[in-house]
Amino acid sequence: MTLSELSATRGAAPAADSRLLAREDRARLFRFMAMMRAAEERGLLLYKQGKVPGSFYDGRGQEAICVGAAYALAPRDRICILHRDLGAHFVRGVTPDRYLANYMGRSGGVTGGKDGNMHFGDRRLGCVGMVSMLPDMALVATGLALAFRMRREARVAMTFFGEGSTANGQWHEAMNFAAIHRLPVVFVLENNQFAYSTPNDLEFAADPIGRAEAYGFPGQKLDGNDVEAVFEAAAAAVERARAGEGPTLLECETMRMHGHGAHDDMSYVPEGMLDRWAQRDPIERYAERLTADFGFSEAEVEGIREEVRSYVDECAEKALASPMPEPEIATEGVFAERWEPLGDGEAPWSRWSRDTSNGAGRLPERSAA
Amino acid sequence: MAEMTYLEAISDGLREEMRRDETVFCLGEDIGAFGGAFKITEGFAEEFGAERVLDTPLAENLIIGAATGAAIEGLRPICEMQFADFISCGFDQLVNVAAKLHYRQGVSVPMVVRLPSGGGFSGGPFHSQNPEAWFLQAPGLKVLAPATAADAKGLLTSAIRDPNPVCFLEHKGLYRRVKGEVPAGEHTVPIGEAAVAREGSEMSLIAYGSSVHLGLQAAEELGEDIEVIDLRTLCPLDREAVLASARKTGKVLLAHEATRSCGVGAELAALIAEQAFEDLDAPIRRLTAPDVPIPFSPPLEQAVLPQLEQIKEACRELLAY
Repeated sequence: MTLSELSATRGAAPAADSRLLAREDRARLFRFMAMMRAAEERGLLLYKQGKVPGSFYDGRGQEAICVGAAYALAPRDRICILHRDLGAHFVRGVTPDRYLANYMGRSGGVTGGKDGNMHFGDRRLGCVGMVSMLPDMALVATGLALAFRMRREARVAMTFFGEGSTANGQWHEAMNFAAIHRLPVVFVLENNQFAYSTPNDLEFAADPIGRAEAYGFPGQKLDGNDVEAVFEAAAAAVERARAGEGPTLLECETMRMHGHGAHDDMSYVPEGMLDRWAQRDPIERYAERLTADFGFSEAEVEGIREEVRSYVDECAEKALASPMPEPEIATEGVFAERWEPLGDGEAPWSRWSRDTSNGAGRLPERSAA
Repeated sequence: MAEMTYLEAISDGLREEMRRDETVFCLGEDIGAFGGAFKITEGFAEEFGAERVLDTPLAENLIIGAATGAAIEGLRPICEMQFADFISCGFDQLVNVAAKLHYRQGVSVPMVVRLPSGGGFSGGPFHSQNPEAWFLQAPGLKVLAPATAADAKGLLTSAIRDPNPVCFLEHKGLYRRVKGEVPAGEHTVPIGEAAVAREGSEMSLIAYGSSVHLGLQAAEELGEDIEVIDLRTLCPLDREAVLASARKTGKVLLAHEATRSCGVGAELAALIAEQAFEDLDAPIRRLTAPDVPIPFSPPLEQAVLPQLEQIKEACRELLAY
């Protein structure tokens, strides 16, 4: 049975099938989400202490999407991660100290101080970092996928964006082109209800998920606060892409539980909305699920939280010990001396330790463009 | 060596690189079976296949953005803007993504954006622009503007092999009008090196693209000892060549078809004033288009684009100063 079939037959007993997720996978999914929450809480604290230049942006409430989606990737796949998706960086191998140092403009940050906050991607881990023009990375991911297709490689590009990006022309250009050439891209749409302060009903008249079919490829709307639902949908989409069947759009319904940035008081959010979404917190829901459905003890779950807290504390100390960059480097590195390949990301899904292909290999000629 | 037009030299350079390196591919609008609006890629689809001469939808951000992704993964994309003017529709991907990736993240983006630029044929405000100054304010982009057939081939080859995003301005007025001897087979011209197109000692006429030819013609017709410098690369600029000529002759005329304010001429004038002031015997002169869009009607367009007689007059004035 293929992953797609597994996903399609999921039905009443969601993700209980251990062929998809082993026990250690579930522990990792929980750990990555908890680590994202803890690291962002620590970052916000550093911001309030005046140690973060500029503002502070987090993805509180959206942890399940980036963690669940990135968890489906193989080492040689590539990913464009945005600012609500810290967990995806952690899945691929970035450590929290480098994230916190990046926020503080320290030399130990992923960009060494050249760029700030979440504007980073570790090229050694197969990530091309975002720019502030948020729909742009959909096109870059499409281009990565074009290279895979032209070389007949069974590799996948994944990218994230919010529903705000779906109003921009570049998003359309990416979706349309990926569809024409059936490129191996997974488009992960995080509908967190607001583009800064603009609500869905001022962003579009028709739900973006409906556009996937119009472009000519499948779209799936899902509960973005359910990490296993996201993972399963992403795994099926990744497998589809890898098999040469083209792109998929996943619309993950969620809520941005903090402001656009720490400077945003969220006065535009209707009363009660945050409280309602808080009942669906992705981390607490998964903690319950681990004990209720998957045989984890309360102590185990609490142990993961405890380990993550102390690890993030350690990472924060390391980030704070990292020096500010030397001013001389401000004028260095504008041009490249040579092309260097991106490195491969970590791929903790247990499938990749069982599957020696590492998600690589060549596509059969019949699936070529 | 073979004599070919500027346009043929560009095609020849592209073809050579595509034969040499299978990671090189072209993408753009109508470039496949149709061969491109200016027929630069005529016959390419037959030789290299539709995938390596990729017809895209009418979407310039897609062309630049997809090329950026493909370049990151090790391909060598060559984007064709059907007209240089249309880069405005792909500008975001070029200046915000491609240009800054290496500085921000150490990710190199080896791609070329071919830009058929320039006026003189009643193309009007959207098919005649010279957008080079737009790129010069976006650190991370290299900007080339060859004037001769040999340089067009040689610089294009170097651009394709460069690990950075390169804007390659090819003046449409030169496509079929300029011919020259072009080395057969592999031919590269180093990026960042100006050329002395005509040696002289009385004054320097510093130009690029179409203005080089106007400058050479003016010098010949005047029969004066005028040095003509062909910049060839606008970024990185060959400052030493500019300063050496200015110091040698003491009189400088800067000529380009692009508009005046904050253009290449302004940058060169500042450079010379800062570093060669003591060697100057006359005020630096600029001959450029005025700060207006390129108009359509022939007499209006001629009123805007630098004309041979204007260059000759400026030379006479400088020589007499």
